[in-house]
Amino acid sequence: MNSYPVPPRSDERRVLGHPVPRIEDPPLVRGHGLFAGDVAFTHQLHMRMVRAAVAHGRIVRIDAAAALRLPGVAAVWTSADIPDVPAIDFRDASRAAEEIKPYRQPVLARGRVRYVGDPVAAVFANDPYVAEDAADLVEVEIEPLPVLVSASDPPGEFDDGRSTAPLTVRHSFGDIDAAFAAAHAVIELDLTIGRHSGVPLETRGAIGFYDGAHDVLELHGAAKVPHRNKDTLVRMLGLTPAQIHLHEGHTGGGFGVRGELYPEDVLVLVAAKRFGRPVKWIEDRRENLIATNHSRQQRHKVRAAVDRDGRMLGIDDEFFHDQGAYVRTHGASVVGRTMSMLTGAYKVGAYRAAGHFRLTNKTPAATYRAPGRFEGSFVRERVMDAIAARLGIDRVALRRRNLIPAAEMPYTISFDEAGAEELPLDSGDFPGFFDKALAHFRWAEVEAGAKARRAAGELAGTGVAFFLEEAGRGPRDGAQISVDTSGAVEVITGGASVGQGFETVMAQICAEALGVDYRGVRVVHGQTDRIAHGIGAHAARATVLTGNAVHATAVKLRGLVLSYAAELLQTPAAELDIIDGVVRKRGKSGSPLPPGPSIALGDLARRVGPASDLLAGRNPGLTAQAWFTTEHTVFPFGAHFAVVRIDAGTGRVTVERLMIAYDVGRAVNPMMLEGQLAGGAVQGLGGALFEEFTYAENGDPLAVTFADYLMPTLSDVPPIETLITEDAPSPRNPLGLKGGGEAGINAVGAVIASAIDDAIGIPGAVTQLPVTPPRMRAILRKSGR
Amino acid sequence: MIEKFDITLNINGRDHPIRVEPRRTLVDAIRDDCGQTGTHIGCEHGICGACTIILDDDAVRACLMFAVQADGRKIRTVEGLADGDRLHPIQQAFIDHHGLQCGFCTPGFLMLAVNVLERQPDISDDEMLDVLASNLCRCTGYQNIIKAVRAAAAEMRKAAT
Repeated sequence: MNSYPVPPRSDERRVLGHPVPRIEDPPLVRGHGLFAGDVAFTHQLHMRMVRAAVAHGRIVRIDAAAALRLPGVAAVWTSADIPDVPAIDFRDASRAAEEIKPYRQPVLARGRVRYVGDPVAAVFANDPYVAEDAADLVEVEIEPLPVLVSASDPPGEFDDGRSTAPLTVRHSFGDIDAAFAAAHAVIELDLTIGRHSGVPLETRGAIGFYDGAHDVLELHGAAKVPHRNKDTLVRMLGLTPAQIHLHEGHTGGGFGVRGELYPEDVLVLVAAKRFGRPVKWIEDRRENLIATNHSRQQRHKVRAAVDRDGRMLGIDDEFFHDQGAYVRTHGASVVGRTMSMLTGAYKVGAYRAAGHFRLTNKTPAATYRAPGRFEGSFVRERVMDAIAARLGIDRVALRRRNLIPAAEMPYTISFDEAGAEELPLDSGDFPGFFDKALAHFRWAEVEAGAKARRAAGELAGTGVAFFLEEAGRGPRDGAQISVDTSGAVEVITGGASVGQGFETVMAQICAEALGVDYRGVRVVHGQTDRIAHGIGAHAARATVLTGNAVHATAVKLRGLVLSYAAELLQTPAAELDIIDGVVRKRGKSGSPLPPGPSIALGDLARRVGPASDLLAGRNPGLTAQAWFTTEHTVFPFGAHFAVVRIDAGTGRVTVERLMIAYDVGRAVNPMMLEGQLAGGAVQGLGGALFEEFTYAENGDPLAVTFADYLMPTLSDVPPIETLITEDAPSPRNPLGLKGGGEAGINAVGAVIASAIDDAIGIPGAVTQLPVTPPRMRAILRKSGR
Repeated sequence: MIEKFDITLNINGRDHPIRVEPRRTLVDAIRDDCGQTGTHIGCEHGICGACTIILDDDAVRACLMFAVQADGRKIRTVEGLADGDRLHPIQQAFIDHHGLQCGFCTPGFLMLAVNVLERQPDISDDEMLDVLASNLCRCTGYQNIIKAVRAAAAEMRKAAT
């Protein structure tokens, strides 16, 4: 296993670790962004989907005659028009379980529809308004079949002879029966996490373009994982890697859902090639709420065995995962993540988890920011609060007692099942960090204050939750960096920007190692024709993995620059430094630079051009390529704290304070990390209190506009407080990074539930998220208030 | 075939003579007929505010109006905020205070904030927050947007004295 030395802190660095302004911002505040909707080609066709209006049924007839008569309509496709196009494949096709392959989504429904929103036909027209008119004229006759809307109900039929219960995933360690036999007390809870999702403000978009001159298909509007999606498309469409390229522009938020490969992405490509015309598709908001991945919905029946002191002897969790109508690109990975991370940062004697992966007649589900962790943290921390209540132990003391002690780190959580990946926790003093966070929140004082308010008749309470995160999955990512003859630096990565500030992070890392101004670094991402491999932006891996690849490449390029400069300046390379893009003799620390020969990077690039006599067998130009390889992920951790008050009359929960304490190892840009934490936390409040994709019993979706699907507005949320610590840098990469995209949201459901219980004085009152005002009122009514 | 009408949209001081169906939304006309794609479409049902523009003196949602209703009226969009290389104080404040991440909602927030600060330079903080609560942002958690607008308000008041 890699073990790198502790990296410097920001005060010993020029730009890495500093809260500098983002290089992304100037074009975005001027309205110069290039989002999917802004991409246009001459002579383009517009695609509009015809979607199923019933949740489950057999397709009897699709009649497009009236639609085709409309002037401007070029074609209407059903699955019969694309018989050779396979179902949307898994991203990790070789790793996905064989049992779930028949449940992949066809590009257009074949024979059956399985959710309201299932694409049945595609209309192509010269104008988007005409395409929409024509879609309304396509007649779809469907013979209804029984509808299944609950994953914990008895399974139904997915296809002739194929059940909606394809798979149960299991993880376990230790002797669970012995743990329960020895228990001083056993806690049992039935907990539900609501169906909600990322819902980026920009809807999806896909523009297919076929370059017939070079036989290259282009997909514009790609996001998140352009290189991985290219690989999938190569497999699905039978192309060579040179025949298709994906291009990412600006992306209006990702959160896990945007940028996965969806039916519409495949359709615009197939259509662009067949029609010989560019094809543009922009999702509308109703489609976005019923067609883009949902997430989160699980029901857990969990039992915990504890000793007299509340120490966790065993956790036995059985849960039902509502996958929706099809299995999308992630396969069953959210189920696996839920159970592998469920015990979090606590030391648990024995563990047994069974996750039932169930299909229902609802929108397909996949990953949303902190997939499996938002869910698992809710379950684990509800268990902690329940133990504290049962045994009369203080919530904080109980958690502290169960945290993995610093002396036992690094600590590996491994599972009995073959193929179940172990969690080798890399660094951290969890109890020490918890104390620091509690002090920063002024927990004792705040808790006493809430108690006094309750004594005065208010429903005010405090909540606490501890969480573990995972980031930086390998195995490797590469980068290429060049300096041109103007001195400008170009960093080419296979990463992706979903709005999180990827360019600034990479520019800071490059600028630190290379000795240039980060504002002069241009960062390329999401362009498959610029670099062959890339891991994109998901699971908090961009900064860790691509960031370290950029660091390794910049260090290598620095070596090349200094070796040429040493020859030109007739000074040993060890005595040279690069400062603000100029190579010069190194000054003694703190003293002014000695006068002497120097050369700017642009001049140096010119001196080593193709006609240079300095090359002596070396390739011309200032360019380097390098890779970063890692065997293991990294494990950041944190805690959430909250204060809420409840209006007993309306059931409204007001969040007065929400703080996230987080050890990120090393922050590349603390300003942006705070932004990630705050933004994630507010999304978490959405899932805890407001957002839910509800369905009628017949499978009709009831949240299809922003008037039904309530995302937090500015008046619903408090200022999010943060405490970022850098006490536990990861030993697994040279920069000590651990990733920061998912911490903000991780335990928000858990901490709000904890605070609500406290506010109303009913331990275990919250068993279901989101705690909407009607649910809050129901809880209060049940307790006689 | 639906009859089309000749109208002129005046965007950031420049006339765009265009021919549109009466059902064409103002935001589609601004983006696709006039090529000003800085104004974004987030929901097309008037809730998210990503398409907020200033029409004469009002911040409006361009997805909820037809283009023909804006014929001959003065439209301001995000592209008109900066004075050449010099950013408007609200644009600079959004950069300085990290008031944007993906940037998709940003044009709508900028136009909403500019309109309220121009109309009511001395607006109270509470009233301003109430106005800003009418738009959605999915990335920032809002606090940095509030900081940016407060800073821009101070800057604009200073410039006005």
